[in-house]
Amino acid sequence: MSIFTLVKIAVRALFRNRMRTFLSVLGIVIGVAAVITMVAMGEGSKKSIKEQMTAMGTNAITIMPNQSRRGGVQMDASSSTETLEEEDVIALRKEATYIDAVSPLISVGGQAIVGNNNSPTSLSGVSADYLKIRNYEIADGVMFDDEADRMAKVCVIGQTVVKNLFPDTDPIGKTIRYKSIPLKVIGTLKTKGSGDFGQDQDDVIFTPYQTVMKRFGSTIKIRQVLANSIGEGYAEKATEEIMGILKERRNWTKPTDPFRVFTQEEMIQMVTSTSDMLSLVLTAIAGISLLVGGIGIMNIMYVSVTERTKEIGLRMAIGARGRDILLQFLIESILISLLGGAIGIGIGIAASEIVKNVMNWPMSVSVTSIVVSFGVCFATGVFFGWYPARKASRLDPIEALRFE
Amino acid sequence: MGTETVHALRGVSFDIHNGEFVTIMGTSGSGKSTMLNILGCMDRPTSGHYILDGEHTEKLKRDALAKIRSQKIGFVFQSYNLLSRTSAIENVELPLLYNPAISAAERHHRAVEALKRVGLEGRMNHLPNQLSGGQQQRVAIARALVNDPVVILADEATGNLDTRTSYEIMMIFQELNRQGKTIAFVTHEPDIATFSSRTITLRDGLVKKDVINTSVQDAKAALEALPPPEVFDEE
Repeated sequence: MSIFTLVKIAVRALFRNRMRTFLSVLGIVIGVAAVITMVAMGEGSKKSIKEQMTAMGTNAITIMPNQSRRGGVQMDASSSTETLEEEDVIALRKEATYIDAVSPLISVGGQAIVGNNNSPTSLSGVSADYLKIRNYEIADGVMFDDEADRMAKVCVIGQTVVKNLFPDTDPIGKTIRYKSIPLKVIGTLKTKGSGDFGQDQDDVIFTPYQTVMKRFGSTIKIRQVLANSIGEGYAEKATEEIMGILKERRNWTKPTDPFRVFTQEEMIQMVTSTSDMLSLVLTAIAGISLLVGGIGIMNIMYVSVTERTKEIGLRMAIGARGRDILLQFLIESILISLLGGAIGIGIGIAASEIVKNVMNWPMSVSVTSIVVSFGVCFATGVFFGWYPARKASRLDPIEALRFE
Repeated sequence: MGTETVHALRGVSFDIHNGEFVTIMGTSGSGKSTMLNILGCMDRPTSGHYILDGEHTEKLKRDALAKIRSQKIGFVFQSYNLLSRTSAIENVELPLLYNPAISAAERHHRAVEALKRVGLEGRMNHLPNQLSGGQQQRVAIARALVNDPVVILADEATGNLDTRTSYEIMMIFQELNRQGKTIAFVTHEPDIATFSSRTITLRDGLVKKDVINTSVQDAKAALEALPPPEVFDEE
């Protein structure tokens, strides 16, 4: 009996029980559509995080104090043995050859106030190089100079802050108050959009780091230093060099590193591994619904075999071999699951488009997920159809014919 | 389903020759069904031989038996056993589906021919539930004919039919036998046996009688002798 004939018989049998077929197909449709949409969601968010981080500057390197651990317990950050100092920044700027920009980053939380307007923006103490590291550009006015504006009460603000504090005036030359300290606006930044974690990258106020350290509290220390490697592929060398310079300044002899140095690449990996985990969980949930769909098929096939015992007996009496019966039922279950798969993929893609356009969620339908779900459907059909089909093929024709 | 072994047939031995029309009679429990199952290659004798068309069948495997059923045997059942919601022509084509040597066109052609032989060429696309009992049984006979078997096995083929329709069916069997078909017909109705050329009677698993019927009745004549039907014709 040819496969074509078998498929024809199976299609006819499925058509005869339209409602039942529809319901068992539905289980698979929901499963597959869920898988496609969930994977698209996970992939989409991963992709957009990557894009945003790349926009932030692929060559950026972050240096942070190494938190000391004792017996696996992370100790309080203040107990960290080493702190970054201004001299470290100066040494890196002077000695390192694989980096072309370096800046401390000290953040202070608070409100910026101008008259009746306020903006809940954190204040970032940086050096002029920070613009280069983070790919900011000056829109109007100038950036402060590390030497000339040392400890000066000046600032450069992002467009969100401009909108909040100066809705209808030119901010250049005006003064904002931050924690009662007046800062004169000397420049504004070009719009950059939202950042890696959805934060507004235009909601920033930059001021010289010395200003923050000296005027906003004597205990403020440099918690983070950012650098920019001279180009793609130099991140590793730059990391080694930075660590070397920092150790040398301290005559470091301990086996553990005093600081942690991340390249942007590593940051991307860290963030995407979180989102990978999320994808995995979503896909697992979707996979469970596919499993439930498969069990639905098995149930239907069992009912079908029992209901058609007499038909099976007749087919055997007129010459069908066990193999023919097995294939007939197996093909039926495979058809159900593949049909469900095809419809599910269609619905999954449509749902992803809707989520993308209506809810503005980044979605990316992956070809892999389509191919894999189709393969899984086929496997589901074979796996859950096998046992009922085998039961059918092993019936005794005499008893099957006598079955009422 | 008990564990006790019952020998439904014991020491039965007979030959059915090519072109014979044999009826096998017996009360229930006489071994009729077991006999038919063995003749139909659905079951194998625990001992002894069954030679069909020169082939020993008692040692064959399931698949080989299926092949013999597909090519050498035509079954007609008491309850017709047509596939529901499947047209007459497709029901008749069914046995040929399991013979890979036959093409789709050949299958269709043969099915049409078989339906013509039972006088149903006008009902080819009807579904079983649109046909009368007699017509359904004629579709079943066409299905048994379509693979050109060496023997047609009928199991109480008139058991569900009234006298008139039974005679109509017997008419078809007699016509097929005249054309050279070998027929083994299991029945418990003595008047049906009178249409055959030989009757084997079983009792308690043994052949009680095996007689050649010297005065075979003609089903057509018997049908005409019946009082005319009072109700309107089923056609």
